[in-house]
Amino acid sequence: MRTLLVQIVLILATVAIVVRFLSGVGQRSQAVRRVALLGFGVLAVASILFPETWTMAAQLIGVGRGTDLILYMLVVAFFSFMATTFKRSRDADIRYTKLARRIALDEADTPEAHRARRDAALPSGEKNREEPGDASGEASGPAA
Amino acid sequence: MNDDVWLVIPLYNEEQVIEGVVRNARLTFPNVCCIDDGSSDGSALAAERGGAVVVRHPVNLGQGAALQTGFEYVLTDPSMRYAVTYDADGQHQVSDVVAMLDRLRRGDLDLVLGSRFLEGTIEAGALKRVILRLATAFTNWTTKTKLTDAHNGLRVLSRPVVEALDIRQNRMAHASEIVGLIGGMQIDGRPVRYAEMPVHILYTDYSRAKGQSVWNSVNILAELLWR
Repeated sequence: MRTLLVQIVLILATVAIVVRFLSGVGQRSQAVRRVALLGFGVLAVASILFPETWTMAAQLIGVGRGTDLILYMLVVAFFSFMATTFKRSRDADIRYTKLARRIALDEADTPEAHRARRDAALPSGEKNREEPGDASGEASGPAA
Repeated sequence: MNDDVWLVIPLYNEEQVIEGVVRNARLTFPNVCCIDDGSSDGSALAAERGGAVVVRHPVNLGQGAALQTGFEYVLTDPSMRYAVTYDADGQHQVSDVVAMLDRLRRGDLDLVLGSRFLEGTIEAGALKRVILRLATAFTNWTTKTKLTDAHNGLRVLSRPVVEALDIRQNRMAHASEIVGLIGGMQIDGRPVRYAEMPVHILYTDYSRAKGQSVWNSVNILAELLWR
């Protein structure tokens, strides 16, 4: 009886996760992942209902216990998840960097504007250079 | 004089020293571009007081990203012929840049890299020396270059090299990445021509306190392996 309760809870959780991931708008690239997920859900429910199939499968390939086989598969799945997540976050980093760089470059003085400001500050002489330099430095801060 | 040269200085929380570094550099090189990498102190204003043009990253992206931003900025100046990568903490010396630039202006090279090991002028500790040597050996091995110091921040690049560089390593591994890009770089259909020249790094208390710990070499290695 207790086994049945656990089976119901696990099946409901699995179905909920599958439905959660299958819903939403997507493109063809997502379709493959969704079909795989559906298959995974069916497998998960099947293995909850018939746990002994894993032990049979494990013995077939010489692992021994079904739990060991699932653990090994989990390790592989976890590492592949880490690898794809890492790659995706790297791609996101590159896009984010390009965006931030574009903003930085757009907001900076152009070399011509910078030179003009610098040359305008110069003629008053080397001695006074620091003060106009200060002023232009502060003025350009909020303006930029 | 030197109007065709831009100093590219990645800047991150160096408020104490950056104004002096920029002011001193500008006595010889009027064009200085500081890339403020999201500093939380007054670094950007200090650099502007020193007379640099400041390009501000809206968020912190890392030193490699700052260098690439600086390169893209100086490329917008059509009169730029040489770009110099220079440290914000005052450990590089203008006289070294002048010598490297004189060498590059002869026209038979595309870039000149600084090396701390050519004349035995390094003042760093023994452990740091060993790690720098190992890092250089690793970089030479993976990039097919022959350098004595692959992680030196002082470089003088000609415009075609700046145009060809595209640094993607935002964090610490960009020095090795630059060497790797140079190792495979073609300019006008021939391999890029480079040379090293001795530079004298000033390890002041300030730069030592700010500098990379040797632990960071682990991070650099990891970033290179999982790029």
